[in-house]
Amino acid sequence: MQPSVNEIWQWLEGVPDPEIPVVSVVDLGIVRSVAWNGDRLDVGLTPTYSGCPATSVISRDVETALRDRGIEKLAVETKLSPPWTTDWISDKGRAKLLDYGIAPPDPVTRGPKACPYCKSDNVHLISQFGSTPCKAQWRCGSCLEPFDYFKCL
Amino acid sequence: MSGDLKFQFLCRMGDNALVLGHRLSEWCGHAPMLEEDIATANTALDLIGQATNWLTLAADVEGAGRKADDLAMLRDAWDFRNVLLVEQPNGDFGQTITRQMLFDQWHLLMLQALETSTFEPVAEIAAKSVKEVTYHAERSSDLAIRLGDGTQESRGKMQAALDLLYPYCGEMLKSDEVDAALADAGIAPRLEKLAPDYHAAIGDVLDAATLTAPTHGFIQTGGKSGRMHSEHLGHMLCVMQNLQRSYPGAQW
Repeated sequence: MQPSVNEIWQWLEGVPDPEIPVVSVVDLGIVRSVAWNGDRLDVGLTPTYSGCPATSVISRDVETALRDRGIEKLAVETKLSPPWTTDWISDKGRAKLLDYGIAPPDPVTRGPKACPYCKSDNVHLISQFGSTPCKAQWRCGSCLEPFDYFKCL
Repeated sequence: MSGDLKFQFLCRMGDNALVLGHRLSEWCGHAPMLEEDIATANTALDLIGQATNWLTLAADVEGAGRKADDLAMLRDAWDFRNVLLVEQPNGDFGQTITRQMLFDQWHLLMLQALETSTFEPVAEIAAKSVKEVTYHAERSSDLAIRLGDGTQESRGKMQAALDLLYPYCGEMLKSDEVDAALADAGIAPRLEKLAPDYHAAIGDVLDAATLTAPTHGFIQTGGKSGRMHSEHLGHMLCVMQNLQRSYPGAQW
C-alpha cells in the first residue's frame, strides 16, 4: 500500500539540513512538493542560494531517506521557481534556529530582534556575509558575543 | 530568434558570473581582513552558482550534447562571452571593490529587467539571482564609499582604480547585433535603456565616495563578442581550467 503524502512529509521532517542540522529541510522550506504520480513519488526541492554547496547533499539525503522507507520509484527534481525565500521557514524552524544561537530572519526590521544569547536588543551588523551564504555576522553590544543572523532573502 | 543568438546571450550572462566569480575566489585566504575574505568568497560562490544556472540553460539551448561544465572548463578564451570588465585582474583590494561596484550596479539593473523576460527560464534564473545580487551591490557600494571617502591613501587607490576601470563600463550598456535581436524578441532589455539608471546609481556612489569618473568618453569593447579579450583572460583560464585540461573528466 502507498504511504500517504502526509506520512511522507513527516518522514522528510526527519531529514536535517546538512549545514544547520537542528532544522529539517521541511522547516527551511526547501521541500516544495510531494505527490504521487501513479506508482512514482515526485518530490520537488528548491535551492536556498544559487551556489549553496548543500543543495546536492540535500537532494541525496532526501532520496536516501525515502529509499530507506521502502520508496522504490522516486523522482527528486530541483526547481528554481518560485525562488526560495526566508518567509518559507516555519515557526518551528525559527524557534529551533534561535535555540541553536542563530537569530531568525525578520522581514520587517531586516535584522535580528535581539541577541540569541542574552536577549539584548543592543546589536550591531558586522558583515552581511557570514559562515554560509544564508547568514550575516552580527555582534551584541551588551554581552559582546558575535552571533549569526539568518538574513532575509 | 535563432538558437545561436540565445546561446550567445546565455553565455554572456553565464561567463560574466563565472569569470568574476573565479576572480573573486582568487582572494580566498588573502583578503585584507577576515570579514571581507568571507564576504568575497560568498559573493564568488553566489556568482558561480548563477553561472551554473545560466550555462546549464545555454547548453540546453545549444542542444549539442555539451553540459555546463564543458562550457566552463573546455572552451578557450576566444569562445568566452564575458565583458572585459570582469576579467580584469584583482589588483589591490580597492581595484577589486571598484570593479565589483561597477559590475554589481549593472548586474542588478540587468537582472531586474530580465525578471520580465518573455523566455521563462531566463526570468526564473533572474528572479533567483536578483536577490543575491542585491546584497552584492549593497556591500560593494558601501565599501567603495568607505574607501573612497577614507584616508588619503585609500582614496588615491580608489581613484586610480576608477580611472583604470571606468572605460570598461561602456561595453555593458552598448548593444551589438546579439543584444538588439534579444531585445526585439523581448528576452532581454535594450541595454541603452539601462544607462540612465546605471549612471545615476554609479553617480550616487561616486559622489558619496568623493571620487570623480573620467570624462574622456572612451570605452573598451570586444569581450562579449569574443572579438578581442584582454590578455588577462587567457592567464586566468590557464589556472581555472588546469585540472580538467590535465585530467579530462576528473571528478571528486
